[in-house]
Amino acid sequence: MNKIFPQLISAGAIIFIAIFAQYLTPFDPYEQNLARALTPPDSINLLGTDRYGRDILSRVIIGSQTTILSALALLAVISIFGSLIGAVCGFKGGKLDTFLMRLSDVFLAFPQMVFAIAAAGALGGGLFNAALALALIGWTKYARISRSLTLTIRKMPYIDAAKLAGTSSFGILINHVLPNIAGPILVTAALDIGTIIMELAGLSFLGLGAMPPTAEWGAMMNNGRSMLQTASWVILAPGFAIFLTVAIFNLLGDALRDVLDVKNR
Amino acid sequence: MILEVRHVKKSFNGRAVLDDINFSVDAGECVGIVGRSGCGKSTLAKIIARLIDYDSGEIFIDGELQMIFQMPEDSFNPRKTLGWSIAEPMKNRDFKNIPARVSDLLLEVGLPADYAKKYPHEVSGGECQRAAIARAISVNPKILICDEATSALDVTIQAQIINLLKKLCREKKIACLFITHDLNLLPKIADRVIVLHGGKIVDENSTAEIFKNAKSPFTKELIEGGLFWKI
Repeated sequence: MNKIFPQLISAGAIIFIAIFAQYLTPFDPYEQNLARALTPPDSINLLGTDRYGRDILSRVIIGSQTTILSALALLAVISIFGSLIGAVCGFKGGKLDTFLMRLSDVFLAFPQMVFAIAAAGALGGGLFNAALALALIGWTKYARISRSLTLTIRKMPYIDAAKLAGTSSFGILINHVLPNIAGPILVTAALDIGTIIMELAGLSFLGLGAMPPTAEWGAMMNNGRSMLQTASWVILAPGFAIFLTVAIFNLLGDALRDVLDVKNR
Repeated sequence: MILEVRHVKKSFNGRAVLDDINFSVDAGECVGIVGRSGCGKSTLAKIIARLIDYDSGEIFIDGELQMIFQMPEDSFNPRKTLGWSIAEPMKNRDFKNIPARVSDLLLEVGLPADYAKKYPHEVSGGECQRAAIARAISVNPKILICDEATSALDVTIQAQIINLLKKLCREKKIACLFITHDLNLLPKIADRVIVLHGGKIVDENSTAEIFKNAKSPFTKELIEGGLFWKI
């Protein structure tokens, strides 16, 4: 447990900030003050202000809510849905397996970001549609991983022992298959948090995610990109927030991999 | 008669793995099935245990059947305690007072009762196989299939496990189908030996007779091979 403690504390702190963001912002993140537009970091606005004079620190803090919580919600949906599909396919096999795996092949044939851009564009933009576009393609990865893990587990003698014990197929799936695929799936999901944050931010950066004035890290970078040379703090603050969050969740994923290996207990 | 196998055939991708297998096992009897790797021993065990289907033939089993597998650690779910796994067959058959019964079973196979709280990777191979025996006998089976149950263990532990199986089968009147590639293990446990070669039964006799008057050249080869290694 000690191995993962620092990563858990860091990730927990970020999630805490995201959940209680509205109570932690020093200023109203949406209040404009044109008199202080593009003020560099100073003692009043610690990370400076944007072109409308909005406090960037407050926007980064409130933006964590949009960015991280939407990424976590999206990740929960695709990892649970994808894993269940993969586990059932791997355990049952047959026509259902063939159909769902060919369907996932179709989705996997598209480059993920290109598909997400096309889907988000067709759906009409907005954070929900951007998340939906990423979910449409994101489940396939989890279905593939959980199916291959299930295929390996299905051949283990303890599954034969469970069958001889009289355990039903559903019981075997719940008690024997899912607990043994949960570790690798959880590690993949933890490592994926960073990727999903980047993808959601990427769609927002392209104008297909969060819509103005919603504070979202990708959208904030998009708004400040023309000022990179003149007022770099506008783009650096959300950029650093993305970097820090992605790095922390990646480290958490690595630590989880060690901790969840049952033989390391 | 506890088990009767009649004209059982099985092929994989057109290749016959078992060809017209016929034999029976009486109550309390221990029958050894011996043969080289790939001769169809484990396939036969899984077919009898209904873990895989067979192409044709008939199998009759009178009563509960349980199985002990080759790799002790792999036969337990790594995420569950030994106690949970030993209790699993009893839970599915609505046994009463299961935790106390798990403790009794562990003691019966020579393990401390607190091993119920241990995970498979926390115990040795021999201890794990003892726990597997506890799980197998938990539901009072009439026949026990031991598929290379001692092959992954060192010789000392092998002897302990064979003695334990022998004792339990005698005390509880459990018939045993002891599958192995090592003919020299069989005099220690089997009343009768069936020699399998290329998916067919090539020899069948009492254990003493098999060693004295082997009919099949393959059986002789197995006996001589065993002697060669003994030298």
